[in-house]
Amino acid sequence: MMSEISLAQQKFLLTQKRHRRTVAVSRFFIFLCFFGLWEGAARLGWIDSFFFSSPSRVLLCAYNMALDHSLFIHIGVTLFETVASFALALILAVTVTIILWFNKKISETMEPYLVILNSLPKSALAPLLIVWLGANYNTIIITGMSVAVFGSILNLYTSFQSVDPEKIKLIRTLGGTKYHILAKVVLPASIPSFFSIMKVNIGLCLVGVIIGEFISSRQGLGYLIIYGSQVFKLDWVIMSIVILCLVAWGLYSLLSRLEQNYQKRMS
Amino acid sequence: MEKLMEINHVGYSYHTMQGETPALSNINFTVHKGDFLAIVGPSGCGKSTLLSLLAGLIEPEHGSILLYGQKLYQKASGTIGYMLQHDHLFEWRTIEKNVLLGLEIQKKLTPAAKDKIYDMLKTYGLYKFKNARPSQLSGGMRQRAALIRTLALEPELLLLDEPFSALDYQTRLTVGDDIGSIIKKEQKTAILVTHDLSEAVSLGSKVLILSKRPATIKCVINIDFPENVSPLERRNLPEFKDYFNKIWKELNHDE
Repeated sequence: MMSEISLAQQKFLLTQKRHRRTVAVSRFFIFLCFFGLWEGAARLGWIDSFFFSSPSRVLLCAYNMALDHSLFIHIGVTLFETVASFALALILAVTVTIILWFNKKISETMEPYLVILNSLPKSALAPLLIVWLGANYNTIIITGMSVAVFGSILNLYTSFQSVDPEKIKLIRTLGGTKYHILAKVVLPASIPSFFSIMKVNIGLCLVGVIIGEFISSRQGLGYLIIYGSQVFKLDWVIMSIVILCLVAWGLYSLLSRLEQNYQKRMS
Repeated sequence: MEKLMEINHVGYSYHTMQGETPALSNINFTVHKGDFLAIVGPSGCGKSTLLSLLAGLIEPEHGSILLYGQKLYQKASGTIGYMLQHDHLFEWRTIEKNVLLGLEIQKKLTPAAKDKIYDMLKTYGLYKFKNARPSQLSGGMRQRAALIRTLALEPELLLLDEPFSALDYQTRLTVGDDIGSIIKKEQKTAILVTHDLSEAVSLGSKVLILSKRPATIKCVINIDFPENVSPLERRNLPEFKDYFNKIWKELNHDE
């Protein structure tokens, strides 16, 4: 198989390679067009760079803020709050889901409340949380967590419930208890949905953290956006948004990588 | 022969908000050591319910099930092995880990027990696949792995719930032959539930015929074939057809 590649296979490989190259080039082209057009439009005066900034102004702004390290502090704070709320949401969701799974009475009782809490726009809670808990990291972390946790519980519980009942019967025929059913079937079978929940959550936590920072904070990208818009430093605002894009993308790809590693190990 | 299990006047109903559905009523039979009991009956007659009862997964509403004269409790596992319709090998475990699942749950994962499993894997041609994932195995091999997983706990009684029904016809014949021979070789007592009459005749030493729901025992037919005739070879003997017709007639008696 390795030594001789048939003509048809070669052709197939070539088409695949070409396809991938076209996609990569197109992606880069869009990137170039967008930033090129933006920069050009700002320089030619088509748009007012006071309001719309420009790639060069954003870069300059980032460079200046990097010099006094304030950029890294803002990114670090937002990143820390996001990761902390993400971890907290996961731990809480898994714990609660396991409790719900163990006890049908509790899960049926709690269901309508969870559904309501999940549908509620959590940003509405943020001002309240800040009044109750004070303007500090913890409040922002809890805001971030509250955005992700209820949906995670509902999704994870659905995934726990969708485990093939015959697989559960198998564990019982082998003399297993409810604990064994959880550890040997339900949890491992839910790992794929666990990954997709994590991928959704990281975005939700970021949203929650930014909302929290909007309302009350002295540091972080959300603070920079809200403060920048108030004092008409729109370079700050746009730079922060660009950095947020990068942060969101980075965190998401990290989880994707983890998921791929898991899938590779399973085959 | 020693009595292994006695089923006395067993009845069972399913309960829903819409009402009660009787599944089994007044079931009586005895399983002796070394028996290969095949249970046939019209579909939906409660065959699988009967197996769940025998496995101790559910408790009978009426009557009693005795294992060695002792009442069967839920924790009878270990003495009773249950093989389900599908192999249910877990994709997140290797074949080796799948086969060891029962021992792991029962906390009996000793080196001696492991060696025994390895021997079984070698005997039944799965040893070189022990690090493979279930999806890499053929249907027949998976079913064999599932059997080894069940045998790992050294059950005295094996319950087989249509274990071949998910396989295609060709594989089904060979796997049936295969598993029948393994069970004979390991000198196990077995109860097979099936809707395939020829399977019942080719594997069983006794065929138990159930009526429509609520199921009762219609009759028991002893199957006599010469020793050392494999299940597959049985199908070619002249008696095979006679047994088949007899069971067929009994099943369709009242219609």
